[in-house]
Parts: sequence; C-alpha cells; structure tokens
Amino acid sequence: MNDARSSNENVIVAEGLTRVFTGRPQRGSRLRRTRHVAVDHLDLTVRAGESVGYIGANRAGKSTTIKMLVGILVPTDGRVTTAGLHPLRQRRALARRVGVVFGQRSQLWWDLPVRESFTILAAIHGLSAAQERERTAELVEMLEMGEYLATPVRQLSLGQRMRAEVAAALLHRPELLILDEPTIGLDVLSKQRLREFLVAQRREHGTTLLLTTHDMGDVERLCDRILVVDHGRLAFDGTLDGLARTVGARRELVVDLAVETPDLLDVAGTEHVRSESGGLRQRLAFDPQRTTAARVLAAVSERVEVLDLSIEEPDIEDVVREIYRATR
Amino acid sequence: MAEVRAQLRAYRAVLASRARSQASYRASFRMDLVGALAIGVIEFTEVWVLYTATDQIGGFTLTQVLLVFGLADVAFCLADLVAGHCDRLPVYVRAGTLDVFFLRPQPVLAQLVTSDLSLRRLARSLVGVAALTVGLVLNDIEWGVGAVGLLVLSLVCGFVIFTAQFVTAAGLQFFLINGAEMTNAFVYGGRYAATQPATVWPRALLVVFGTVFPVAFAAFLPVSTLLGVPGVSGLPTWLGWCAPVAALWAVVVAGLCWRRGLRHYRGAGG
Repeated sequence: MNDARSSNENVIVAEGLTRVFTGRPQRGSRLRRTRHVAVDHLDLTVRAGESVGYIGANRAGKSTTIKMLVGILVPTDGRVTTAGLHPLRQRRALARRVGVVFGQRSQLWWDLPVRESFTILAAIHGLSAAQERERTAELVEMLEMGEYLATPVRQLSLGQRMRAEVAAALLHRPELLILDEPTIGLDVLSKQRLREFLVAQRREHGTTLLLTTHDMGDVERLCDRILVVDHGRLAFDGTLDGLARTVGARRELVVDLAVETPDLLDVAGTEHVRSESGGLRQRLAFDPQRTTAARVLAAVSERVEVLDLSIEEPDIEDVVREIYRATR
Repeated sequence: MAEVRAQLRAYRAVLASRARSQASYRASFRMDLVGALAIGVIEFTEVWVLYTATDQIGGFTLTQVLLVFGLADVAFCLADLVAGHCDRLPVYVRAGTLDVFFLRPQPVLAQLVTSDLSLRRLARSLVGVAALTVGLVLNDIEWGVGAVGLLVLSLVCGFVIFTAQFVTAAGLQFFLINGAEMTNAFVYGGRYAATQPATVWPRALLVVFGTVFPVAFAAFLPVSTLLGVPGVSGLPTWLGWCAPVAALWAVVVAGLCWRRGLRHYRGAGG
C-alpha cells in the first residue's frame, strides 16, 4: 500500500473477543436457558489500508463480530478497539469514522429520493454544504447513480439500492468501511461494478475494508487478507494464496471424452475426482500452483480425444468446509 | 455551541423530510387529518355523554371538566406528535433498522424520537384546544399571574409527563416483545384517566396514576387548585403546584427504562 494512511496503525484490535447469547426457554418448559457462543475468544488485528475478507458458514459469528466492532452489541468478554476508540463508550465518535453497509437492512429513507437521503446523512454527519456537494458528486459519478438520484428509494432495483447504500456509508469519508454481505442477490454486472468501485475507493482514499461474503469472487477481487471464522473462532488468517495452499484450493478440470475411458488416475499433477457416464466425463482436480489447465489438458489429450471441457473454481462454502476439516 | 448547532441541523433535516413526505401524499394526509379529528371528537363525546346523565361527576361539573379534558388532551396530543411513534420500536427491532441508529453520531433515543413527526396528530389536538378555550371562558377563574402560571405549568408538565410515558413504554418494549398491549394500557389508559376527575377513580388507580405514572398531575390536580374545587379527600389543594415534581419523576422513570432497555438490547445484561 502506498497511501499515507496505511502506516502500521491498527484500525481494529480485538483481544479475546467473546459473545454468548442466552436464549429463553419455551414458556412453561423446564429446560434450562439455551446458550450459544457466537464469538469465542477471537483475536484480531486489522491494519490501516488493509482489505480483509471475513468468511465463514452461516452462524459462524461474522455479523456478531461486526456488531461488536461498531458498538451495537456489548462483548460478553474480551476487548475491542475500532479506529482507536472504544465502540461502546465512544460509539458516537466512532460513527463519524466508520461506514457500515448491512446488505439486509437499509439506512436510506425508503419514501424519499436518493438525493434527499444523502442530504439528510450529510446533515447527520455534519458535512458542510460544499463538502456535501463535492462528495456526493464524486460518489454519484463513480457509482453511476446519476440516472436515479431523483427516484424514491423504494422504486430502486436491488443493484441500484446497494450502490446507494455504499455511497451512504462513504459520504462522511470514513477511514474504515465495513460491508456485511454487500453483493448478496446482485446480478453479475452489478457485482462487478461494485467491486470495481471498492477497489478504486481503496486506491484513492486508502479506506480500510472489512467485508463478510459468501462470494468467492468478492474475496478474490477485493481482499488481500482472508479470515475464516468457525464457531466464533479464527480458523485461518492469511492471504488468498495461503488459503489456497492450506486447503489446496484446487480447481477441477472437467473433460468430456470421445470414448468411454478407464479412470485417468495417473495424469501428472492431478488427482482423479470421479468419472461419470462410464468414463465419458471425468473430473480431475489440480493445484494451479503446480500445474496449469493447459498442461493437464495436453496430458489427457495424448491419451484420448477431448470433446469438451470446463474448469470449475472452488466454492467459498467448499473452501470454508475444507478449512474447518483441516483445523478441527 | 457549534456542536449543538450541528446536532440540531441533523434532527431538523430528518424532521423536515418527514413533513415533506407527508405533504407529498396530499389526499392521504387529508384523510389522516379527518380521521385524527374524528378520534378527538369521539373522545370528547365519551365525556359529554356521561354528563347528560348527571350534573356532577366526582365533584366536577361539565364546565369544570372541560378544563381538565382540554389541558390533558392538548398535552397528550403534543406529546403524541413528538414521541407517539416510539411505539414502533418493536418494528424497528425486528426489521433491524434500530441497528442503523447505532451507526450514526447521535443518541439512539434522540434519533428514535426525531425519526417521525405525524402532523395529522395536530388535527386531533384541535378538539382539546376548543375544550380548553371554552373551559377557560365559562369557568369562574380568578385571573392573575398565579392562574396563568398554573395553566402554563400544567400544560408543560402534562406534555413532559406524557412524552415520558411514551419513552417508558419504548424502553419496556425491549423486554416485552409483542408487549405493546401491556404498555398501551398505561400510555393510552393514562391519557384517558387524565381527562377525567381523579376523584372517581378507585384507590388502586389513584395510586397508579397519581404516583407511578403521574398523569393526575397533567390536568386534574392543577385544575383542582385553579378552581379551588376540593380534589381527592385528604390531599392538600396546593398539590397542583407539584406538577413539575411529577414531571421530573416521570422523566427519571423514562430515562431508567430506556437505558435498561437499550442495555438489554445490546446484551449487556439488565
């Protein structure tokens, strides 16, 4: 990172962060209160300028962690500092320095035009008229919101609304942007636009990113560091390459062959996953670090004619499952 | 000072947008106004019907009760205008929109209170204003600084007390999911009680609405003092002047309920 902000300053520091939810038993039931450890002694440090993907299965504790980082939830145990502030005692000061997008809940006014939501948020964050104009113009241009600025929020498509939500969270130029499932439900093009914007935003302003997602594409294109959380514990902390190495994030080459062929068990650098239709279609897993799809294809073609092929990337759920398996 | 101005600007921006959005649906807003006015009329009719059967209720004539009704109703309608939408808290909690309030640099309660401004409630207060005006004209009031002071005090304290009730109810909603029925009992029940002479209440109600939810101080006790009508037996006539104490108490209770509720929501126990 070459931005002034990205010194070694820590934006998020969590030590032994823990959150336990106690559920009420059914009325009249004699069962004890249920106890669910959502976040379990999590240690976490995020430096300024980093872009961190926070992934894990559902109920792994991702949203709970975010809520503790921004002062919505009180930790049951442990400590957390965000932007150098105590999220509970200094919640309001923190709100000026952090932007949050919850994919599932809106912070816009549903019955007002998008532009008016921005005006209100500018007042809420105490931006001057000049600051508001400049920042809104910048965000409108970068997120291509010009055509629907005058449209009431309730009439926007999901993709349009998400862009407006991201703009709303960035209006006050926060140094940390937290995105909880920002691309959920978006079509390919909308996802692509949003990712490009976030990359540019980070490049230009050095904004630190923390995002939770179920989309491997988000992680690959946006994050230079990945955290995998499992049952509230950190199961992996490293780069995408490191993740690939740990779980062997292998790709699968799927080949349709001209004739029924015995299992291709000994193609160099691959592992035979399975055969279908009596060997007409075979799946070979390979590690992109050690060989290439072209080399595997060449090796297969030497033995039998290949009619068609496809390459399948690992699914984030599979990666997470692999991590869970490797660390338990 | 600059900080205060900045905060005021934030609330003003939200409130202005609420007013504008109501103005943009004119037909619907007009119907809301008519509806709200009708509710006010019906509520007054309830009182008036009682007096067609008798000249006095609890030592109060209809003319005298007009003052009690008017003061209580105006105070309640203004409180409703400012804080009535606090009862939507459970909806905000369920939809997750309450979390958004935590992401903004204003106190959560201030954001909840300023999240709406139902102007239609102004229509309802017209009935109270009319009752109060007629009551002030028809009653034999010894006009002076004291009388005016007592009326203003009553109105202000009534407003504070009712606003505090709404906040108390909101604070309790954090614990009682779907508990609106319970809290409505004292918020709207309190309003109803406040528009009537407290002398007719059974002792238990007197304790509840005289001390815990002190709506008796919103109108009945100040009016008793103003008109020199003996209030509840055994209580001094100057009790009407104690409305500020009752208002302060209501605010303290509301503050505690809200803080406990918010702590509960954030999972800090309590």
